[in-house]
Amino acid sequence: MRDTGTPKKLVEVKNLKMHFPIRSGLLRRVTGAVKAVDDVSFDIFEGETLGLVGESGCGKSTCGRAVLRLYEPTSGSIIIDGEEIAHAPFDKLRRLRPKMQMVFQDPQASLNPRMTVAGIIGEPLMEHGKMSAKDRLDRIYELMDAVGLNRDFANRYPHEFSGGQRQRIGIARALALNPKFIVCDEPIAALDVSIQAQVVNLLEELQDRLGLTYLFISHDLSMVRHIADRVVVMYLGKVAEIGPRDGLYDDPLHPYTKALLSAVPEPDPVAHDSANRTILQGDVPSPANPPKGCNFSTRCPVAMDICRRLDPEVAEVKPGRFVACHLYNETTSQTAGNAAQTVGA
Amino acid sequence: MPDGATPFVLDVKDLKTVFRTRRGEVHAVNDVSFTLKSGELLGVVGESGSGKSVTMMSLIRLLPMPPAEIRGGSVMFEGQDLARVSEDTMRAIRGARIGMVFQDPMTSLNPVFTVGYQIIEPLRTHMGLNKAQAANRAVELLELVGIPDARRRLDDYPHQFSGGMRQRVMIAIALACDPKVLIADEPTTALDVTIQAQILELIKDLRQKLGMAIVWITHDLGVIAGIADRVMVMYGGQVVEQAPVRELFANPQHPYTRMLLETVPNIRGDRQEKLRVIQGQPPILSKAPESCPFRDRCPQAFDRCASENPVRFDVGPAHDAACFWDFKTGAPRHA
Repeated sequence: MRDTGTPKKLVEVKNLKMHFPIRSGLLRRVTGAVKAVDDVSFDIFEGETLGLVGESGCGKSTCGRAVLRLYEPTSGSIIIDGEEIAHAPFDKLRRLRPKMQMVFQDPQASLNPRMTVAGIIGEPLMEHGKMSAKDRLDRIYELMDAVGLNRDFANRYPHEFSGGQRQRIGIARALALNPKFIVCDEPIAALDVSIQAQVVNLLEELQDRLGLTYLFISHDLSMVRHIADRVVVMYLGKVAEIGPRDGLYDDPLHPYTKALLSAVPEPDPVAHDSANRTILQGDVPSPANPPKGCNFSTRCPVAMDICRRLDPEVAEVKPGRFVACHLYNETTSQTAGNAAQTVGA
Repeated sequence: MPDGATPFVLDVKDLKTVFRTRRGEVHAVNDVSFTLKSGELLGVVGESGSGKSVTMMSLIRLLPMPPAEIRGGSVMFEGQDLARVSEDTMRAIRGARIGMVFQDPMTSLNPVFTVGYQIIEPLRTHMGLNKAQAANRAVELLELVGIPDARRRLDDYPHQFSGGMRQRVMIAIALACDPKVLIADEPTTALDVTIQAQILELIKDLRQKLGMAIVWITHDLGVIAGIADRVMVMYGGQVVEQAPVRELFANPQHPYTRMLLETVPNIRGDRQEKLRVIQGQPPILSKAPESCPFRDRCPQAFDRCASENPVRFDVGPAHDAACFWDFKTGAPRHA
């Protein structure tokens, strides 16, 4: 993926596949695979926030974890800051870990309830550094200040904090080793609306100050519009569309992106009355048994014959805009223009 | 409001619910009053801990008691005060005259019974139908909520349904006995947006067909904007603002509502550079509030807010807000 004017690719994901085996029968033989992430490619530029959106089960979280190699990817390549990590041996991987960190969805489950805040934030420092106890405590205090936690609470336990504060602890831990790249996996999904804004503002402020690069995974399309510079839309393990934020939200190209955006209820009663929604029929098919051809063809309001036979490739249809849809295919472009307009209506 | 015969299907006055725990009391619902007209959809908005679910669970007495205790108030429904009727009467009303749909369709269906059994059960207990009649009615209900191939699916178990389909089943169960009031507690929160859109369409459609009154609890202002006739905003166990939906979104009069509307990013239109933040945390309600519960987080707060808990002032047609600050004059209220 190219984006003119943006300097350096920090993360390059190419043809990433993450298949989980399905075993059955007495001998637990592999009889199939859940293709949670199937041939996904994208880049993240230094200092940007790439939003990764999709419905549950589309593979967005698996993708985020595979990118940090919390799973062993089935195939594909992941280059972070010039180093291939998809197949790196563990000792090398461990050396690279400080550069790439993660903030998890559920701050309740991702913090050890038996460790104090200082212990949690200090753990990566102990694992990956050789700091004296005093230096480490100084660094812990510095991190607590950075995320807006009161230093006096360093010896408290996670259960003594509210959800938003717990997420701040998780962010401080992720920042401890001065990472370049952070995967934020639904960091605000478990928080109340008034607290979500606090955490998102904190993430943005830290990004400005520390030059961080984020992969921001979320199902909240409004929040992704707020925080992301570019957006990847996934459907059933595959990329449906990639584009810069404004272009994608103002003029979505893929029929799935259109439907997804039109399904988001707006906090404005007047807009609701005039809204012309595309309501998708049916459910997301199982990733263990995806439909033939385009995986969206079963729910697509404008599916054509070719869609049920041939899986569309991701192609750049406008500068910076990548779509996997036959509507924008060269050979079918004649009908594409007309059909695309009808979807947008 | 006229006295005697009321136009309301539900009339709740000064409801107070307290949880007694080992670490002291929690005053979850504090003098909540509201009404519900027949056929109306009332949206109840608030953050977790604001008391929105506990209020609704109190009025159908679906809370474990103890530790919960309804300490005061009345809930008038069809000429009876639900806060005072016997448990048997309550059982006859719950699930029949008042239907419920809960947030999580995964946990609110029993995994070891077929879906058919779970729809037929209330029909037989509450409506006295025989097996065949109940089965037919169950098929009708599943068709009503848009489940294809309904008769065959009666024999399926909940795990054979997707999340959206399970929520449709829950709605079918709630509608089984033709309730007057439906209480829906975050019914679409666990669903994906495209599935949520389907369920919202379904509810709009069912309202037209069946004409029941609905209480819709949610934290999602977008959902409320699309579906409610009237909105009640809750904070700290009390109602802080109440208005018709368009009025509330166009002209919010409580600082909490105003800030809540600004903390949510837009999906269309202008994109704000920085999100508005409500600093601080919601209050812990260890005793009945004697001052405004929003005071600590409120940019408008002044001395009176610390000494008195505001009542709900009329601020417009069918619109009230519990705040001493008058946004129309930009000065404290004289009352």
